[in-house]
Amino acid sequence: MTQTIDHPVDIAGRGVDQVPEALPAPEPVVEQPVARDVLIICYSGELEKTWATMILASTSAAMGVKTRVFVTFWGLQLFVKDSRRITGQNWMQKMMSFMQRPGISHRKLSKMNFLGMGPWMMFKLAKQHNVASPKDLLEAAQLMGVEFIPCQMTMDMFGLTREDLIDGMSEPVGAATVIGLMTEGSAPLFI
Amino acid sequence: MALEIAKTVDAKGLSCPMPIVKTAQAIKDVPSGALLEVLSTDAGSTRDFAAWAKSTGNELVEQTVDGGVYRFVLRKK
Repeated sequence: MTQTIDHPVDIAGRGVDQVPEALPAPEPVVEQPVARDVLIICYSGELEKTWATMILASTSAAMGVKTRVFVTFWGLQLFVKDSRRITGQNWMQKMMSFMQRPGISHRKLSKMNFLGMGPWMMFKLAKQHNVASPKDLLEAAQLMGVEFIPCQMTMDMFGLTREDLIDGMSEPVGAATVIGLMTEGSAPLFI
Repeated sequence: MALEIAKTVDAKGLSCPMPIVKTAQAIKDVPSGALLEVLSTDAGSTRDFAAWAKSTGNELVEQTVDGGVYRFVLRKK
């Protein structure tokens, strides 16, 4: 039925002859389940943030929570195999990897790096206190089924191939997948 | 009453999150309804194991501390 302008309407904007006979039954109250997914966006490549990412990812999986880590920008540097020294296709990409060595075992601190003195002390202290290294935590996380998802755009920008990255990573995706997961109720965490 | 322990995880000396990670791995080897014992020296463990049990649905049956060693007994769901 088409509605004309001079047709009488009620305050809800319905034509008066369209008023429903009975109100719809109220929706039953359903208890919303708590989020059972965690989505970590691993953006930074520094040692301390790498550590935080790996601790939270492995703990989340250990708690029976489906855990995904989207790896983008500097974060992708930690998922390049430790054995790779120079990555990239053109001179600029190669230069980037030369200036910032990729691999989870070659991370620098954002503060007090002091040409590697800071990270050396950090690892020394971690060993004294029996703190697992980021690499050990990454292995544990992978064993417990944490999904590590590389960002396709970052791979293209840095000229990284699937062969440069560690084994067991998921297919590369884009930002839409990440936002999609968030809107579906994954608890997001940006590190 | 002594509880029948199916498996023990010795996480003494390990820092967060390894006691929890090792527990999650060990509970896979235990049959449903059986008890898993975890020993830890990490002071953060007391709240962590309660949170872990709540999240995974396993039951925290017993929690004691003796000379800096925390002992948790968990029943697999």
